[in-house]
Amino acid sequence: MPDTTSLDHPAQRAFNPYTENGGTILAIAGADFSVIAGDTRQSEGYSIQTRYAPKVFQLTDRAVLAVNGFAADGNMFVKKVKQRLEWYRHAHSKDMPLRAIARLIQTMLYGRRFFPYYVYNILGGIEEDGTGAVYSFDPVGSYEREACRAAGAAQSLVQPFLDNQIYFKNQRPAHNTSHPVHLPLATVLSIVIDSFTGATERHIEVGDGLEIYVVLAKGRGLHGLEGVRGVQELTATDDGERVFVVRRELKKD
Amino acid sequence: MNSLIQRYAGSSAASQQRRNVSTVDDDDEFSDAMWGSEAGFGSLAKGVPSFMVPSVPDPAAFLRLHTDDHADPSCKIKIQHGTTTLAFRFQGGVIVAVDSRATAGSYVASGTVKKVIEINPYLLGTMAGGAADCQYWETYLGMHCRLHELRNRERISVSAASKYLSNLVYSYKGMGLSMGTMICGWDKTGPALFYVDSDGTRLKGDLFSVGSGSTFAYGVLDQGYRWDLTDEEAQELGRRSIYAAGHRDAFSGNTCNLYHVKEHGWDFIGNYDITTLHYDGPGNVSGSPGHGYGYEIRVEGQTSANPPEVVAQA
Repeated sequence: MPDTTSLDHPAQRAFNPYTENGGTILAIAGADFSVIAGDTRQSEGYSIQTRYAPKVFQLTDRAVLAVNGFAADGNMFVKKVKQRLEWYRHAHSKDMPLRAIARLIQTMLYGRRFFPYYVYNILGGIEEDGTGAVYSFDPVGSYEREACRAAGAAQSLVQPFLDNQIYFKNQRPAHNTSHPVHLPLATVLSIVIDSFTGATERHIEVGDGLEIYVVLAKGRGLHGLEGVRGVQELTATDDGERVFVVRRELKKD
Repeated sequence: MNSLIQRYAGSSAASQQRRNVSTVDDDDEFSDAMWGSEAGFGSLAKGVPSFMVPSVPDPAAFLRLHTDDHADPSCKIKIQHGTTTLAFRFQGGVIVAVDSRATAGSYVASGTVKKVIEINPYLLGTMAGGAADCQYWETYLGMHCRLHELRNRERISVSAASKYLSNLVYSYKGMGLSMGTMICGWDKTGPALFYVDSDGTRLKGDLFSVGSGSTFAYGVLDQGYRWDLTDEEAQELGRRSIYAAGHRDAFSGNTCNLYHVKEHGWDFIGNYDITTLHYDGPGNVSGSPGHGYGYEIRVEGQTSANPPEVVAQA
């Protein structure tokens, strides 16, 4: 091959396949429900690429996955997870349980240990025992079940707020009362919306739109969701768990 | 069982089709096994893990450039770091104690990490270094310990299990794995403890501590350690050592998880908030001193910072 480059000046090259696309995701587990949310702004540096790029995806009727970090990696990762879940459905005639999806995501992320997906994942949904669950992952697959987790650009703004409002960290209950172990859905929804309006005010990469997915356990009534404006049902099977999405506008400046 | 008989005895169209499928050459990335009951194993679908590697001259340099290996907190992909873990062997078994903080740079990424990995009911591994490396390979080790049981009709020795892990990570040496772990258990030889790390080091010993807070833990551990510690004294020593590390090392803290390995397998003793340990102690548990571990409490009235009352009055 002819040498087309000049050797006069030393040039450094590096394979740079990653970029950061901003945005924030968060998930909160309740006793018999799970809420998974993300903003819809996608940016690179100071410029906004689009005001609507979903970061939260319905996997099954009991599992919703939120991805944040490098959008191209995230979209490809979600595509591959969905493919594996479809194969599982063909082999077993049922949807994969949530804890199995969590382990699947670990092995899929770790399979790229030496060429990582630059993606922070949060998986929310309903466990086989009917409890609400949130699993959070690092880019190479270490994971943990938690009650709430924020990730992405405004993680350091949102997580302390959640620690305070969900775990009641560093708060003492009023005399002769105690902190609730699980919060009702209506309270959780308003905490989620407040988290994102707050993050939009103080972080330039957060804003435009908000998508909140709600997964309800089998046999659980709608209580807390029926009054919500613009709620839309996405349930695909009659297994019992139900999935809803609530969309809200966020500031666009 | 029925499905197994059907697969090999049947001459139905379905089984015919299944046999045809298995003769088709495996795709590079996915084997046919991924369609069936093994559909959940990700990189393990072919039985042995396979990893995608970027097509660059030096993949390890690529990984070093893009992932945070503690030296460079500015890069994008942050792998969780910072830890105190300890384990020691004594007359009554093995005590395993760890903290629960994960940091990414100076951000506390999580305060509820499970750094003791329950490989199986009689083997424990600890997590220091890359959280995913420890979680993944120790879970993988658990699979192979079970295969050893099925093949040999007896439990794997702690020595063999730790050597399996050590050989495994050694085969990836230089690729960027980061783990410092202690494999703890009870086998035919009694309580056993091995230190294994991603450099390929494997050491047998009575007392180890790994992680950024290990020096603080060793300080407390070394002055309180004896072989003939009672169970209660040993558990208290483990708790007290993790508290010391959580108190003095910024990268360690939040809570302490305590395990005790005995002849019948491991027991989870408890989870203790390090702030609560500082002010109130471990509470009503065996071996508890009945008060907080805090420095201020122990030296009350004895230092210039909080002088004895007689001096204060003078």
